Amino acid sequence: MDVVLVNLAGLGLITLIVWYFWLSKPVGTAAAVTSAGVQEAFIVVRDGYRPDTIRVTAGRPVRLVFNRQESDPCSERVVLDAFGVSAVLPQGGNVPLEFTPTEAGSYEFACPMGMLRGKVVAE
Amino acid sequence: METMNTESKGVEMRDPVCGMTVGPGALKVDGYQELGFCSEHCRRGFLADPERYVDIVGEDAEPAGEPTTDYPSKTPSGRGESKGTVHLAVEGMTCASCVSTVESALAAVPGVIDARVNFASNTAMVDTALDVPASVLTAAVASSGYQAREIEGENADTTDAERVASEHRYRLLMRKFWFAGVVSLPVIYFSYPEIFPGVPEKGSTALWWIWVAMGIITIPVLAWSGSQFFTGAWGALRHRSANMHTLIATGISAAWLYSTVAVLFPGFFPDEMLRDVFYDVTAVVTALVVLGMALELKARARTSEAMKKLIGLQAKTARVIRGGVEADIPVEEVVVGDVVVVRPGEKIPVDGEVISGSSAVDESMVTGEPIPVEKTEGTPVIGATINRTGSFRFRATRVGRDTMLAQIIRMVRDAQGSKAPIQRTVDKVSGYFVPAVLIVAVLTFMTWYTFGPSPALVYAVITMVTVLVIACPCALGLATPTSLMVGIGKGAENGILIRSGDALETAHRIDTVVLDKTGTVTRGKPSLTDISAFEGHTEDGVLRLAASAEKGSEHPLGEAIVRAALDLGLGLSDPDQFSAVPGHGIEARVDDRQVVLGTLKLMADRGIAAGPAESRLESLAEQGKTAVVVAVDGELAGVVAVADTLKEDSVEAIARLHRLGLEVVMLTGDNHRTAKAIGDKVGIDRVMAEVLPDEKATQIKLLQAEGKVVAMVGDGINDAPALAQADVGLAMGTGTDVAMESGDVTLIKGSLTGVATAIELSKATMRNIHQNLVGAFAYNTLGIPIAAGLLYPAFGILLSPLIAGAAMAFSSVTVVTNANRLRRFTPTHPEEVT
Repeated sequence: MDVVLVNLAGLGLITLIVWYFWLSKPVGTAAAVTSAGVQEAFIVVRDGYRPDTIRVTAGRPVRLVFNRQESDPCSERVVLDAFGVSAVLPQGGNVPLEFTPTEAGSYEFACPMGMLRGKVVAE
Repeated sequence: METMNTESKGVEMRDPVCGMTVGPGALKVDGYQELGFCSEHCRRGFLADPERYVDIVGEDAEPAGEPTTDYPSKTPSGRGESKGTVHLAVEGMTCASCVSTVESALAAVPGVIDARVNFASNTAMVDTALDVPASVLTAAVASSGYQAREIEGENADTTDAERVASEHRYRLLMRKFWFAGVVSLPVIYFSYPEIFPGVPEKGSTALWWIWVAMGIITIPVLAWSGSQFFTGAWGALRHRSANMHTLIATGISAAWLYSTVAVLFPGFFPDEMLRDVFYDVTAVVTALVVLGMALELKARARTSEAMKKLIGLQAKTARVIRGGVEADIPVEEVVVGDVVVVRPGEKIPVDGEVISGSSAVDESMVTGEPIPVEKTEGTPVIGATINRTGSFRFRATRVGRDTMLAQIIRMVRDAQGSKAPIQRTVDKVSGYFVPAVLIVAVLTFMTWYTFGPSPALVYAVITMVTVLVIACPCALGLATPTSLMVGIGKGAENGILIRSGDALETAHRIDTVVLDKTGTVTRGKPSLTDISAFEGHTEDGVLRLAASAEKGSEHPLGEAIVRAALDLGLGLSDPDQFSAVPGHGIEARVDDRQVVLGTLKLMADRGIAAGPAESRLESLAEQGKTAVVVAVDGELAGVVAVADTLKEDSVEAIARLHRLGLEVVMLTGDNHRTAKAIGDKVGIDRVMAEVLPDEKATQIKLLQAEGKVVAMVGDGINDAPALAQADVGLAMGTGTDVAMESGDVTLIKGSLTGVATAIELSKATMRNIHQNLVGAFAYNTLGIPIAAGLLYPAFGILLSPLIAGAAMAFSSVTVVTNANRLRRFTPTHPEEVT
């Protein structure tokens, strides 16, 4: 009897893992537009990127400003591979990363090891 | 502009600066009646750079139009574009209202479009129209009662701060390790009554109390030594992602929870055998993984050593002459045009050109060239290099962000942040890795619980914990970027700038190297190679007359002859009645003698018998030299020949390329005979002669059509299309004129040996990456199934979670240490070639 229960619980847990990590979609934060027409979002880097999903309009320049608030070396650099841009993030400083997504799509930014991830969704 | 009329016809307009809708009473600007502004701030912003906003209005009015913004792909800082963003560190802000004071102080500076102050990070970002110097902004902040300084990306100060932070983190991790390690010792001792003597037997009250004590002392191990696992796991979980922390946190807390339940609620486990504790797993795994993290941190600090060295090269002060007085000033304050004084042993602060004095300068730190370079009036000097022998003065030509060193640092930093194509594959895997391990762990638990031997629950918990602990996503993630860091940094130390991970990865697949002859294999400047004199003349005499006749000539051949004569110390006379016969030669009167210099045809035209010179001309031409006949007073006097001479190290460099198994092709506009003569001398496999400059790219395409992976080596200025067409373009620099933007790889030192070194380095780096990846993949694909107990049914082998913890801790250290082996990379020595 408990064998059946344990296995059912296990399957339930697996379903939860699959749904939570792979299937569910975060809503994301819309980038603010500065007076100069740049879509700007501030991202705090601590145990990941906060917010980790930024919504922008395609075809207009985007500026992501990273502020790293931890000493974990994993996050000392952020890479936006699709645009070939990267930046070293000293602790506490605001570091901008600028690019223009000309086409709609989802563009990932991540630490060089690909462990911390976030994305820019251009619509 | 027409598009804006449609807007101005309506009652409402849009403020072109902020995009707000404004009424007819809005502020106006002369000459732009169709525009309205919401505030004085926006109006000023517009005035600072009207063109920009006029464009934006045009774009808005035509939403269907193509986006006109065309950002360059590599501008991480945003400065140097049509507008700038200046980053300031602001000190002295104590409350949120300070923010608005600083913001308005900055916004009041003419040319500032927008200023945003972040109280939390004490920084300000100021969008400016072009050419608002940071000093004006810092002065504005100062006038409002706060202090500000510009944050200039990476410099010696920020790397120092990083180093201190990293040191601090290392010491903290080590303290956490020692604590967990010391706790581990008694915990291990009392966990194995069957091994260690003196442990009370199982089921005794004494042991129960010991278990309680173990449960209590492992709490701070979890809460302090292991705190980063829990905060890291929680942080990741909130972002719907999972990482190493998730695995370790789950593993160590599962072991602790099971043990604690077994101690406090033994009734929960009806079977006596289930009442067991695994506090040793919690303590030992925490200790080992924390130790692994500390060692990894140490090792990782070394991967960026080359970069730190580069940054450390920057000079701090400069001695400049202002108002006739020598003064030491911070290097940031040097401006273009300043006259800088450099004494022996001092560092040259910025790039410039020598105006007086002479010296030998050690440029090895920038170019990789070990031999000091002679500097005299007019020669360029590179900032951060060291003056060795004499004193000199130079005029600053490039300062701050524009110096060669600053450009190199930027390029290396960007390259280290780029991805090698191979990593994109790894990224796909690592995105699924940790949740997949979690699933495997659950499946392991289920399998052992259902089919395992008794006590099934204990086996299920232990194998699940082992799976969680052994999996090492870090090893996988670190494999490529750490090697890339070290490899690209090592390149910079050798004067080889690799633009990106793409270039580095492609370079190791190269099988054909195409060299542009002029300026690459040869100096690109002809010099005199042969003189022969006929009866009645001496070699010096022939050369003196020929050089005197050519004195006014601007032809490269003439210049070479004149230079050779001057080098030999021959006194030249001024020619009379100089006349050039285009394509054939020249005539002039020198010291009252008629001198004719040119081809056989010119001699025939002038009725000069030049028969005896014919065989000599023939043999010189075969050697790839350009030879001319010299006649004096209507009689054959001699033959002189010039040729573009080889760079000293071309032969050696090409031999090294051959040793790497590469086919070496030479591309030149010369005729076949000349080209072949040079090609044979240096050992070229294949010569492509009579190639017009605009055909170079086509020749590369043809080679690629043969299925070859082609590297093109050129000077980066004339060969840009060919460099772009090649799979890897290597631009060769000469002195300070380095066309860094034109190649995938830039060789600062203008020598072919750099090509071989670059390819060797690429091969070494890729080999290192492959070792790391194979190691990391093999470790995980073997380790996880073994941890899950795959070997148990057949061989009865089950991995202890303690061993798994040790393996995990050292797998990522091993990867980083292996990447650091690349720091020992040295180019093959010339003597090894022969």
